Amino acid sequence: MKVFQVLKPGLFTTVQDLGRYGYLKYGVPISGAMDTFSLVTSNLLVANHPNDACLEITFIGPELQALTRTQIAITGGVVPAKINGRSVPMWQTLEAQEGDLISFGKIESGYRAYLSIRGGIDTPLVLGSRSTYVRGNFGGMNGKQLKTGDIIEGLDVPLLKIGFLMPEKLVPQFTGRFKVNVILGPQDDMFTEDGINTFLSNPYKVTLEADRMGYRLEGPVIEHKAKADIVSDALLPGAVQVPKSGKPIIIMQDAQTTGGYPKIAVAISHDVSLLGQAKPNDMIEFSKITTQQAHEKIREYYEFLDNLSRMLIKNP
Amino acid sequence: MKTKLYKSARYLPFGDSALIVEFGDVISLEINRKVVALNEAILKAKIQEVEELVPTYRSLLVRYNPLKTTYEQLVFCIKDVEKRLRKSQIKVKGKKIIIPVVYGEEYGPDLTYVAQYHNLTEEQVIKLHSEKEYKVYMIGFVAGFPYLGEVVDDIATPRLETPRLKVPAGSVGIAEKQTGIYPCEAPGGWRIIGRTPLKLFNPMQQPPALLKPGDTVKFKPISEKEFKIVEDAILKRIYSLSPRDKSK
Repeated sequence: MKVFQVLKPGLFTTVQDLGRYGYLKYGVPISGAMDTFSLVTSNLLVANHPNDACLEITFIGPELQALTRTQIAITGGVVPAKINGRSVPMWQTLEAQEGDLISFGKIESGYRAYLSIRGGIDTPLVLGSRSTYVRGNFGGMNGKQLKTGDIIEGLDVPLLKIGFLMPEKLVPQFTGRFKVNVILGPQDDMFTEDGINTFLSNPYKVTLEADRMGYRLEGPVIEHKAKADIVSDALLPGAVQVPKSGKPIIIMQDAQTTGGYPKIAVAISHDVSLLGQAKPNDMIEFSKITTQQAHEKIREYYEFLDNLSRMLIKNP
Repeated sequence: MKTKLYKSARYLPFGDSALIVEFGDVISLEINRKVVALNEAILKAKIQEVEELVPTYRSLLVRYNPLKTTYEQLVFCIKDVEKRLRKSQIKVKGKKIIIPVVYGEEYGPDLTYVAQYHNLTEEQVIKLHSEKEYKVYMIGFVAGFPYLGEVVDDIATPRLETPRLKVPAGSVGIAEKQTGIYPCEAPGGWRIIGRTPLKLFNPMQQPPALLKPGDTVKFKPISEKEFKIVEDAILKRIYSLSPRDKSK
């Protein structure tokens, strides 16, 4: 079912779901939403499956024309959104009629917003996911970011009789300062004690070299004991690599699956999702936690996600 | 031969949903075989909490479901698999693939350099590169890129000082003792000595990559004319990868 025509694509808008799992051994990155929490919430607000495909909007949003009556929700970083020129709120079910014009301004806080469509965006499943992997040229809209004239298809499901609203206290705030919990390792033993202390006690700034593959950070040099390279091993989103320069690089969703720099630490899953909202010049502070503490946090987080659909307010 | 195989494997945390079993810290067949063998043994053991395995040169990444197990429990479980593996002979059953390659000229712009670097003729380099069987150590860099090893010292050549911005799909390169194949056009610093018409990665196929760690690869020199024939056969989907296939 044709749902939207793209009038303007925005800066970098892609189709994403929760990612492509099981193919790392073939060198295929996970991809998927950078801010998974906002993607899941966006889906729940239109009673979709949490893993349904949405549009991930980066900094400057697109302009879309509805080709049918549909329901949508906008979540993530704060972005001014309008339907036919009239401002509409984020974090709730919205309805658009055939012919309506949906437009976005620049994101005011955070860096990425998510637009869900009732039923989910329908692009072909590639290796089990609809996520766009632009560097590999597959997934989403033929492996590409949105362009003018694209038609966005949606799965044909009945529209909701009643909408939903995210309770205000559950709406995340993105201040440009990120506190990120990490588990040290797997190569923390390649750094001096001073090096690890430097990493854990100073804020690091996101540089302009920041995209879906990862963020280069600027800040005090992290000292290696000796070598600054390893025989390549596997990478996952959240890994903090430190090359010879001593300046860390955080690996994100579209990064290559192996790498030859030592990893001082890996961010916990929930905080990788938060980092999806980091933009150049934002500050990141790292804190060390144990694997056990991280597992308690992840359990709480999944329990919260499981209950989230029940916590949404009915909004007739 | 330098083999820095650890006395016992190291178990290292990798964030909240993965761990690493590391067997050594150099590139060596002995270490990589351990990685590949543990990969197969864990798959066979069907450990429920394990979601995905990523074999690399020297370690195995195990992605797990942190809601179903603790780090300690899983380490215990994998150590048990590893212990049983140590007692039995490691059998890595990979497939054997012949990769047809046109060497030199525009297909392999660095063949001349590699030959000169080692005081060899181009024909000698081709012979040395294509007469040896290589193991797939890991897939990485870009989707479907196999790291193969190891070439004989006589043709081991350092990378380009300045990487090329574009290396064509199918390019076969050498970087020190490694050899590899670019599945798609990508930037790269490997010395390109030839090109294969085979497609190493196709996301619309299952599995998406032609090769996986543990497989064996042998290169077969072909002419430019044969390159076109194979390319055409692949397009028509009548190309057979079987090494016993002598139809070409």
